[in-house]
Amino acid sequence: MNKKQEASERQDIEQLLPWHAAGTLSRRDAQRVENALAQDPELARRYALVRDEFAETIHLNETLGAPSARAAEKLFAAIDAEPARRPAVSLALGDRIAEFFARLSPRTLAWSASAAVFAILLQAGLIAGVLLQETKTTGYQTASAPTTDPGVGAFALIRFAPQASSDDVTKFLEANKLSIAAGPMSGGLYKVRVAVTGIPKGELARIVKKLQDDKVVGFIATTE
Amino acid sequence: MQVLYARHHVRVYRFVLRLVRNEATAEDLISEMFLDIWRQAGKFEGRSAASTWMLSIARFKALSALRRRPEEELDDETAGQIEDHADTPETALAKKDKSLALRQCLTKLSAEHREIIDLVYYHEKSVEEVAEIVGIPEATVKTRMFYARKKLSELLKEQGIDRGWP
Repeated sequence: MNKKQEASERQDIEQLLPWHAAGTLSRRDAQRVENALAQDPELARRYALVRDEFAETIHLNETLGAPSARAAEKLFAAIDAEPARRPAVSLALGDRIAEFFARLSPRTLAWSASAAVFAILLQAGLIAGVLLQETKTTGYQTASAPTTDPGVGAFALIRFAPQASSDDVTKFLEANKLSIAAGPMSGGLYKVRVAVTGIPKGELARIVKKLQDDKVVGFIATTE
Repeated sequence: MQVLYARHHVRVYRFVLRLVRNEATAEDLISEMFLDIWRQAGKFEGRSAASTWMLSIARFKALSALRRRPEEELDDETAGQIEDHADTPETALAKKDKSLALRQCLTKLSAEHREIIDLVYYHEKSVEEVAEIVGIPEATVKTRMFYARKKLSELLKEQGIDRGWP
C-alpha cells in the first residue's frame, strides 16, 4: 500500500470512529477500526476524543427531561376523536383467519375453542353411532344419535357452560336422556331433544327449568 | 399505540427538542408525529427499525415547524442562546471543567451538526440509518459528522480547550 492509499485508508477509518464508539459498525468495519487503533497511537488518541464526545452527548440528552403528560393527553384525545378505522381488507386467507382470531377476546376465544372441541366430539359420536347402527340393529347408541324422525318430539335450545368438559356434557346428556338434534348453531347453541314425543308446554318448561340448574348449562330455553 | 408511545416518546422528544429548542413546541410536535404514526401504521414496511422511521418523521415535522416559526421569534431565541464570550468568574471556572465545556459547545453547534451528532452518539444510528433519516448519501453522512466534530473542536478552542485535533 503506497502513502496515498495509506492516507486515504486512515481518513476512512477516522471517519468511522464515532460509529465505532457507539457500537453501530458492522463486524467487518469494527474489526478494521480495531486493527487500525492497535497500530496507530495518534488514531487511538483521537478515538479517546470521540469517546468523550460520545459520553457528553449522552449526558446532555439525558438531562433534557421528558415531555409532560400534556403531550400524551393531546395525542390520545386526538386518537379518540379520529373516526373509527376500518382495517385494510386482505385477500389472503391466512391473514383473514389471523385477523378474525385477533379480534376475539381471550374469554371468547377460550369459549369458542371449547365449543369447537365439543362439536368435533359430537360429530365423532354421530359418525360412530351411524356406523354402529349400520352393523347392528340394536345395541350401543350415542346420546346424540338421530331418532327415526328428527322433527318429532319436544326440544330445547341449549348453550353449554364454557368451563364444561366434553365428559361433563356427555354425562349431562345421558343423565337427562337428551340428544342433540341440531347444532352447533350461531352463538354456540344446540337444539336438544328433551322427549321423543310431544309433551305439554308446561311440562317442557318445568323440565327446562330443572336442567337450567345444572352447572354444565350456560343457557337453556324451550323451542319448537 | 400506548406501548409504542411509552417506548419511544422520550427519545423522540429529546431529538425534536434539540432541533426546535422549545419544550412546548417539541411536545406538540411529538403528539402530531405519533398521531401520524397511528394514522399511517399500515405504511410502515418494516425495512428499517421503527425508531428510525419515527425519527425521520419527527425530523421532518421539526424542520417544518422551524420554517413556520416567525422570524422575530427565531431572532429572539437565537439571541438568547448566544453566550457572552467575556469570561465571568463562573464561566472561567466552568472552562476548567472540560466535560461541561464540551456539553456547552454541543449546544452551540448548528442544527445540522447537532442533529447528526445526536443521531450517531445518542440515538445510536448507523451510517445507513442516519442517511435514511436525514435523506443524504452515506458518504455525506460521514463527512458531515466529521465536520460537526471539527466545528466542536473549534468551539472548544475558543473556550481555551485545545484538543490537538484537527
